[in-house]
Amino acid sequence: MPASPILMQGNEAVAEGAIAAGARFFAGYPITPSTEIAETLSRRMPEVGGSFLQMEDEIASIAAVCGASLAGQKAFTATSGPGFSLMQEMIGFAEMAQIPCVIVDVMRGGPSTGLPTEPSQGDVMQARWGTHGEHSVIALVPSSVYECYTLTVAAFNLAEQYRTPVIVLSDALIGHMREAVTLPEPGSLRIAERGIPDCEPGEYDTVMSDLDNILPRPPLGSAFRVHVTGLVYNRRTDAPETGDPEVAGDLGRYLREKIYHHRDAIARVEEYEMKDAEVAIFAYGSVARSAKAVVKWARARDVPVGLVRPITLWPFPTLAVDRMAEQVRTVIVPEMNLKQMSWEVQAAVSGRAKVVDFGRVDGKLITPTQIEELVRAEFYYHDWSKS
Amino acid sequence: MAETDEHEARLEIRFSGSGGQGILLAAAIVAEAATALGKHVVQTQSYGPAARGGASKAEAIIADEEIDYPEVDTPDVSLCLSQEAYEKYAADTRPGGLLVYDSGLVEPDDNLRGRNLRGIPFTQAAAEHLKKTVVANIVAVGALVEITGMVPAEAAEAAVVSRVPERFRDLNVEAFRLGRRLAAEA
Repeated sequence: MPASPILMQGNEAVAEGAIAAGARFFAGYPITPSTEIAETLSRRMPEVGGSFLQMEDEIASIAAVCGASLAGQKAFTATSGPGFSLMQEMIGFAEMAQIPCVIVDVMRGGPSTGLPTEPSQGDVMQARWGTHGEHSVIALVPSSVYECYTLTVAAFNLAEQYRTPVIVLSDALIGHMREAVTLPEPGSLRIAERGIPDCEPGEYDTVMSDLDNILPRPPLGSAFRVHVTGLVYNRRTDAPETGDPEVAGDLGRYLREKIYHHRDAIARVEEYEMKDAEVAIFAYGSVARSAKAVVKWARARDVPVGLVRPITLWPFPTLAVDRMAEQVRTVIVPEMNLKQMSWEVQAAVSGRAKVVDFGRVDGKLITPTQIEELVRAEFYYHDWSKS
Repeated sequence: MAETDEHEARLEIRFSGSGGQGILLAAAIVAEAATALGKHVVQTQSYGPAARGGASKAEAIIADEEIDYPEVDTPDVSLCLSQEAYEKYAADTRPGGLLVYDSGLVEPDDNLRGRNLRGIPFTQAAAEHLKKTVVANIVAVGALVEITGMVPAEAAEAAVVSRVPERFRDLNVEAFRLGRRLAAEA
């Protein structure tokens, strides 16, 4: 029997998606506009035999998440910009120690306390480079309530598969919005489980992950002897080893390549009406909804505009952007920040097309009308009066 | 944007009042009723950092097709439950659209020609008939549903039942029905 549509909020969908993905540990500190995630889980986690912890702050929250994950649980936290900033050091620890976990950042206007109840996309670069040092990251950007659910499931799968923190970048609009959704049947979801290494416990320090075979970390307390450290470590033994440049370089490159080597498999992009597009709109998250409305408006007037919507923001979807750069003459990049992804698009397009950016940081969603004006300018020779 | 010529099958409703009046609940009830009908539905909200006071609004879009842009800029139907909300939001109502306000709390002005104005004393009626002003929002939902037929009354009443805490269910259902009667009588 197909499920019937229900009215669900984006933040609720994140919480339900996490549970469907097998998350049984949440630690967090409530902050607008992410609070409904914690609120929902405070009720739902006990119902599914999981743990809900309200911690004293965001630093403790991500620390508890790392601990729970090391003990074998699928664990996550949810926050907004100020809390996301506080978590950065421990996100770096999770990168370094290769701890699978999920961090949901429901973006609001910043910096600092900023616009607590209004949406923004100001954290997209913080998601990429917020923690210090060379590292790689996976970040997913939902643009609907349905995707809040499915991308949270995907985030847990990617975290397990690549043994890494995965960031879900929602925003105040998507998080607070309710939509009629028909969620996938739980049995239809692909769920990645943790597993244990395929070797005897005593042989564990003789096996080593490589890029195409990332071994799971055995849970703390099992028969396997496990080292966990934020120091540079030897990839074979996991034991700290800071005196050998070869060991340090090997780890540093591995941590980056672990994601970059797989970026085409990880990167998900929606290409809409791109087949014969002369102008592309590159838009993500809530702004992509306005962009899609503009593509429909333009297509109704026989104006060849398409949408490239990165669902995976990091690793940057270079394959799709390459395709776009070869095809169109102009890429319009509307975003609720001032040029954060636009610079990245410009670098990837590398002169093959003109990049037009449009930013908004007043806490309001970029409207279709604002994007339409940019499209009209690119098709100044079109007889707009006819349509 | 040419929303009007391309989104005929799209109804945009804005609920406004001051924080604490249950604006968001009113919008969620209408959205849930439309969801049960299999419509495409988006419901959004806008409020400041404070939980009480200030003009707040919540919106619902009910459509036959996928809803891309989720915001409401020129509602087809507006509800204003406070003077501040009226002054801030009433003029956004689409010309030819419907503007319903709490006539006990809002002093309408004459600058809204071209909209259909309808004043109903929701809060006063809730106090008189139900001894609770807190359900004025649900009275208003009942009236809106009765006037517009935006969703069938049965679906809306079912959504009231599902969205309010059980111990306040009867009160809210009564409030909803009171709103329908007020709208039908006037």
